[in-house]
Amino acid sequence: MTSADFQTLLPEIVLAGYAMAALMLAVYTTKDKLAATLVWATAGLFVALALYIGAGGAGQRLVFSGLFVDDPFARFAKVTILLSAAAVLVMSQDYMTRRELLRFEYPILVTLSVVGMMVMVSSADLITLYMGLELQSLALYVIASIRRDSAKSSEAGLKYFVLGALSSGLLLYGASLVYGYAGTTQFVGILSTVRDSVPLGLLFGLVFMLAGLAFKVSAAPFHMWTPDVYEGSPTPVTAFFATAPKVAAMALIARLVQDAFGGIPGQWGQVLAALAVASMFLGAVAAIGQRDIKRLMAYSSIAHMGYALIGLCVGTAYGVQATMIYMAIYVTMNVGTFAFILSMERDGRPVSDIAGLNQFAKKEPLKALAMLVLLFSLAGVPPMVGFFGKFYVLKAAVDAGWVWLAVAGAVASVIGAFYYLRLVYFMYFGAEQEPVDSRMAPVQWGMLVAVAAIMLLGIVNLFGIEAPAALAAEALVR
Amino acid sequence: MENQLLSIITFLPLVAALILALFMRGDDAAARAGAKWLALFTTSATFVISLFVLLRFDPSNTGFQFVEERTWILGLTYKMGVDGISILFVMLTTFLMPITIYSCWNVETRVKEYMIAFLVLETLMLGVFMALDLVLFYLFFEAGLIPMFLIIGIWGGKERIYAAFKFFLYTFLGSVLMLVAMIAMYFEAGTTDITKLLVHNFGSETFSILGIQVVGGLQTMLFLAFFASFAVKMPMWPVHTWLPDAHVQAPTAGSVVLAAILLKMGGYGFLRFSLPMFPVGSDVMAPLVLWMSAIAIVYTSLVALAQTDMKKLIAYSSVAHMGFVTMGIFAANQQGVDGAIFQMISHGFISGALFLCVGVIYDRMHTRDIDAYGGLVNRMPTYALVFMFFTMANVGLPGTSGFVGEFLTLMGIFQVNTWVAAVAATGVILSAAYALWLYRRVVFGDLIKEALRSITDMDRREKAIFAPLIAMTLILGVYPSLVTDIIGPSVTALVTDYQAALPADGTSLALNEGHSE
Repeated sequence: MTSADFQTLLPEIVLAGYAMAALMLAVYTTKDKLAATLVWATAGLFVALALYIGAGGAGQRLVFSGLFVDDPFARFAKVTILLSAAAVLVMSQDYMTRRELLRFEYPILVTLSVVGMMVMVSSADLITLYMGLELQSLALYVIASIRRDSAKSSEAGLKYFVLGALSSGLLLYGASLVYGYAGTTQFVGILSTVRDSVPLGLLFGLVFMLAGLAFKVSAAPFHMWTPDVYEGSPTPVTAFFATAPKVAAMALIARLVQDAFGGIPGQWGQVLAALAVASMFLGAVAAIGQRDIKRLMAYSSIAHMGYALIGLCVGTAYGVQATMIYMAIYVTMNVGTFAFILSMERDGRPVSDIAGLNQFAKKEPLKALAMLVLLFSLAGVPPMVGFFGKFYVLKAAVDAGWVWLAVAGAVASVIGAFYYLRLVYFMYFGAEQEPVDSRMAPVQWGMLVAVAAIMLLGIVNLFGIEAPAALAAEALVR
Repeated sequence: MENQLLSIITFLPLVAALILALFMRGDDAAARAGAKWLALFTTSATFVISLFVLLRFDPSNTGFQFVEERTWILGLTYKMGVDGISILFVMLTTFLMPITIYSCWNVETRVKEYMIAFLVLETLMLGVFMALDLVLFYLFFEAGLIPMFLIIGIWGGKERIYAAFKFFLYTFLGSVLMLVAMIAMYFEAGTTDITKLLVHNFGSETFSILGIQVVGGLQTMLFLAFFASFAVKMPMWPVHTWLPDAHVQAPTAGSVVLAAILLKMGGYGFLRFSLPMFPVGSDVMAPLVLWMSAIAIVYTSLVALAQTDMKKLIAYSSVAHMGFVTMGIFAANQQGVDGAIFQMISHGFISGALFLCVGVIYDRMHTRDIDAYGGLVNRMPTYALVFMFFTMANVGLPGTSGFVGEFLTLMGIFQVNTWVAAVAATGVILSAAYALWLYRRVVFGDLIKEALRSITDMDRREKAIFAPLIAMTLILGVYPSLVTDIIGPSVTALVTDYQAALPADGTSLALNEGHSE
């Protein structure tokens, strides 16, 4: 272990150290009164680290004897994770303070889970992968049930924990099989061992690992926990679940299949394609009947994960680039949408029934317009940026010869358009009744409007995200 | 400056929409009037600039003119340009938009948003006709659904929700199949530049999928995917059912734009993509399309006869007239295609005017039920005259532009398929039946309905709206060369290339071979 090793790990060390220091500080001083300050400090630290990582040097560094890797791909994912986590944190502060939910543990747990995510996307070894994943998950289980006096929130946390533990078990079992047949836990080692002949046991291990990871991105048929956890958790927590962890898990799948199993794309391509198709259609169809906007967003994210998986399953660098761009667009859209959902309330109590949106456009034209842009973007209707995300992955699929997958994606997007339109319908032409109040802290309002503007202005050049994404993909796919 | 003219025309309305959205506050009478005046001014300015383009346009050049090209994301290009086929659609749009805006002068609910929707819609429609990049075209084509969805959904009639959803999902499904075809074309040709795709030869070797022989191969597959989109947009029988619903529920100005401009995107798409890019595929499918058109003409004319709602009647009449257009396009000879373009332009004026005519009495009586009217000539002589003029133009009376289009398309199709021509010609008679019968029921007879006794004739604003439409219908009727001189060379080039691209023995032979194998 040299100082270069530690320097590579610096962002993670800083975050972990910060989390512990903040914990001590809060416990020994004013506890929850400090929480709001901590939220802003944490968000500020996230942004600073994102800038540090984004500006960091090029190239690839494999450190700690091949356990941890820092390459353009990891940096792209980390910047996305940090920025989206920061956005969700500052959005939730006002909401949680007013409902006396804001405990000082919240920002600290978020920080710890972000450390876990950063380790995940940088893992170069099965052990690192598992460590990162568990650190992330454990923090998330607790956050899901942060509203201790609510049965629903506790239920969400428990459900998430039980099913999450199961998936971790699957993953661990798969990892042990892979280790048994490949003789090493390092991705580089697995890559050189697994080239031509694939032992059946190793294939089993691969499938088990993919199943465990599919659970984390909530891809069908491993999505069952998603709607319940999204609905039961306090809305800021739901917003967090829908953004950063998804990027981390998706990046981890890309990392695993390319870095460790890049020699046998035929073996995992079909598994991921099946997950993609199932997720797109399940997400699109099941969302139609939902009456709760948080459940609806859960199915929406399931469908979106399906599209992101399309880019991975084709196995090309272009596909990985498409997925990373898709994920960046996806989290941006979700940050904006949840900024709005957070503000939905009636008599000071949060509301998530979509019927409450009736005639919302009359009451708040500007917010309704911003939501309109976001919803059409989520549906993938041009000229919003969401369309380019879908276009990217469909193009990657056709380029790699997976035409049927592209057709399936296109058909699913029409079905999916229906429920986004239904929200527009409620806001603009719904029945005459009193819509929900929408009380927004300035930061939420700014987030909503900024994201809507990004969705429209991104059409010019996607804010230059293509070049770093291409760099990231090239680093991963060799 | 010269090569950015098209972008200026396209995005000028959008700029005005942004100004309205960001800087206009309040909902008092002054703010509403301001929004209307700004919209009217912008659309008029757009028209003036487009006139300038028309004057500088060189019809003898069959290539694209005023081309502007920039690099864009995803390795795509932002490329705009016009040729003899598209320039008149651009003119039709810029000409009709000020009239449309002026026609909704008495709208008082959510005026600002209404104007924004129409201005955004104009930008998107113009973009469709000028885009020279597949994805750019798709972008404009699809995005046009959003403002129209809102126009129907917010300002529409009682059943507006159903109509808006039907409109959106019908057209969206057609379009995503087109998107997949576009990606496949990009994969095949390595470019999304329309000018390059126009000269690319897509494979036409017969292959079989799941035991089905696909005559014309890839071209037929691509043709079908594009057909799914354009046929819905056109709309062709049997996928026309969204149109009557959308028309009936849309506000008057929405109907005008829908009938006069949005429907033309389908026909434009056939001319820009289907015929020149997939000639073999088009030829294989042409008999089917021709018969679908013939059925559309007769069937929807008969359906129009049975309608009790004026807007629905005119909507069905639109479907019938679009039948002539698809027939002319797939006759694929000079008269047919000339006639189809002429018919689209002329239908833009006539159907727009007819919907405005309905709007005039709807504004007064708030019903579109034919039975609620009768004997209007006694109280509204000017209206009776205007309505009579456009009814005759709709029927295709010589001297109006309606006649030229129908005559040319029928002549074109007669050389290709006599039977289709014969069936379609009966549609001309049927159109006279439903249009004149409608006119008799609404305008003639005694004024016996109590509610109509105090109805007033058209005011100055309404007359001003109809004047340019009457002028254009007459001018094109007596001097059709105005249009055919501009489109002629481009159409000749299109038809020549199309015929040259077909196998020497024709695809009918390929069809037979396909069956015998």
